[in-house]
Amino acid sequence: MSAQARFEALSRQKLATVGAASPSGRRSIAALKEIFSHREMLSLLVRRDLKSRYKDSALGFLWTLIRPLTQLFIYYIVIGKFLSAERGIPEFAVYVFTGLTAYGLLSEIIGGGTASIVGNSGLIKKVYLPREVFPLASVGSALFNFVIQLAILLIFSAILGSFPWSPDFFYFFPSVLVLLVYGTAFGLLLSALNVYLRDIQYLVEVMLLLLLWASPIVYSWSMVKGILGNGLAMQIYTNNPITLAVLGFQKAFWMGGQATAEYPAGLGLRLGIAFVIGLVLLVLFQRVFQRLQGNFAQAL
Amino acid sequence: MTDRLTTRPEQSVDDAAPEIVVIDDVSKRFVLRKDNSLKERLTGLGRGKKHREEFWALRNVTASISAGHTVALIGHNGSGKSTLLKVIGGIVDPTSGTVSRRGRIAALLELGAGFHPDLTGRENVFLNASIMGLSRSETESRFDDIVTFSGIGDFIDTQVKFYSSGMYVRLAFAVAVHTDPDLLLVDEVLAVGDEAFQRKCLDKIRSFQEEGRTIILVTHTLSQVVELCDRAILLNKGEIVFDGEPRDAVSQFRDILEERRVSEVDAAGDLTAPPKEARINVVSAKPAGKTVGAVLEDGEDLVVTVQIDHYEAIEGWFCGIQIDSTLGQVVYGTTTKRAGVQLPAVTGPQTIELRLDRPQFGGGKYFVNVSLMDPTGRHFADLPQGTSFDVAPKKKSAGTLYAEPVFSVVTD
Repeated sequence: MSAQARFEALSRQKLATVGAASPSGRRSIAALKEIFSHREMLSLLVRRDLKSRYKDSALGFLWTLIRPLTQLFIYYIVIGKFLSAERGIPEFAVYVFTGLTAYGLLSEIIGGGTASIVGNSGLIKKVYLPREVFPLASVGSALFNFVIQLAILLIFSAILGSFPWSPDFFYFFPSVLVLLVYGTAFGLLLSALNVYLRDIQYLVEVMLLLLLWASPIVYSWSMVKGILGNGLAMQIYTNNPITLAVLGFQKAFWMGGQATAEYPAGLGLRLGIAFVIGLVLLVLFQRVFQRLQGNFAQAL
Repeated sequence: MTDRLTTRPEQSVDDAAPEIVVIDDVSKRFVLRKDNSLKERLTGLGRGKKHREEFWALRNVTASISAGHTVALIGHNGSGKSTLLKVIGGIVDPTSGTVSRRGRIAALLELGAGFHPDLTGRENVFLNASIMGLSRSETESRFDDIVTFSGIGDFIDTQVKFYSSGMYVRLAFAVAVHTDPDLLLVDEVLAVGDEAFQRKCLDKIRSFQEEGRTIILVTHTLSQVVELCDRAILLNKGEIVFDGEPRDAVSQFRDILEERRVSEVDAAGDLTAPPKEARINVVSAKPAGKTVGAVLEDGEDLVVTVQIDHYEAIEGWFCGIQIDSTLGQVVYGTTTKRAGVQLPAVTGPQTIELRLDRPQFGGGKYFVNVSLMDPTGRHFADLPQGTSFDVAPKKKSAGTLYAEPVFSVVTD
């Protein structure tokens, strides 16, 4: 291209303000557009995350399976058999694995997302990118692991002869959406906060451990209901979006409980409301992220 | 080094060239925090701003850069030039003011940033190119060029962590220059790598200039500024102090450096022990027949005057005078002993004058060092960089030596 042609091409482009300095901050839509234009890079980042994670290990991707299977084994033996939690829960192994799969998605998005900005500080300090891509890349790699785990779940239940084939299967979609929207929202917020306060990373680890037990994953919802009754505490417990998503997963995949298990009334509606609230949070946290990201390069 | 002045490509920059970067009243404040954990922050909450320190890295910087120019940002360490480059690149947001930009940008703020050690060279090329805004198919079509340019060869499918630092840098540079940028930001990276690589970088930058690409570079190598750029912005304490001809910017910058050096020498001077044998009071250098501070023109003699206070008479002492370039390289040096001059052993003040017969210095600033030595060669008084003088810039050549160039075409 000759110099003159280059100048002409340039003068046809509009001068665009750099960074988030535009008066009211970049709007979420504009941010979305920018991320969309970087989607190829996003997929490369996800692949980089996945590739580098198990690079040079002999078992490679098998490790992504070993962790949840161990978890399943522990919960099944210790909680199910020793503490006899499986008494009221038929097909306890499927039940636990269903909950763990759902929760694993959320905890991996939030855990990976929180560390993503600090972990990519080398890039952020040297190159301009829409910084949202880093927490989003964590969502991508979490989704990849999620799909593998889901495949195991389906194979497992097929072997047991109770492949999830019922209209309730459609509870899966709103449940995943709820997990994704909350995971992404908090991943964005926490990744930005973690830049300024590294304690966040450790706090998140503790919170994720706590939240695992705050939803009916290794015990059943009706057990909690038996103790809390129908009061406000039960409402709060049930409407926790993680609880709702886990219940949705169980309704979709856990065939053993189709006849006997008890679910809160209007689970679909509750999921819908949780999803809308999650969307609002996502927009809100994206704004916070936007405000904080201007100083990332110097705070890292 | 070859003469680059005449080989600088004529940049066909007319007034119609569109603006590519517009910097409008940009200021940047940095807040330095000394506490970084939750505990420190909570315990420090009551004590207010004790842990905060702020300074302005940029203050009301306004400039507009037209396409096709090569602009140098110069200034001493901490003057804000790298911050300005980062603001232009969008890596750091300004505290106030705006930067507008158009066209595709590639930033070489650090070569190889974004390379992942566990991935192969090939995978990293694709990742890095996509970070710089290239699509997968674009990268694929340029991949062979990139590998050829880098000279990496078969190592392209090796993990980057096994690369030597030279290979790493070469591959990163190869990717960056193949992303077809309209605007290239370069921060000090030209100082990396061996001579052959540096030459490759410079050649690439020259061909970029011919293609009408815009380059903004931060550098400490002032000779590069004069050679490569057609505009220089001099920053001092976050403010633009000069914006224009690279030569003028460089000479102004040298004045700032000189001021700083003088004040540092003054500050350090109080600490040194009082001299026993002698003290060099004043050194001055000027063109013969002119006042101190005048620029040495072609064909003029240079006169260096050294005023000494002797406290002890030393038999057989001699005086050495050395002239350094701004890079600290010795350009000229002589002693009274070499010149066969006997100096009288006295106490009290004494003035020595050295006259250089029509010296052929290249344009720029030079420093004069003076040493007094006893017959064994022991220094008993030194005054490093006792003064400086300027030589008028030479149109026809670069470097510290000047000679009239006479070219002709040889025909057999």
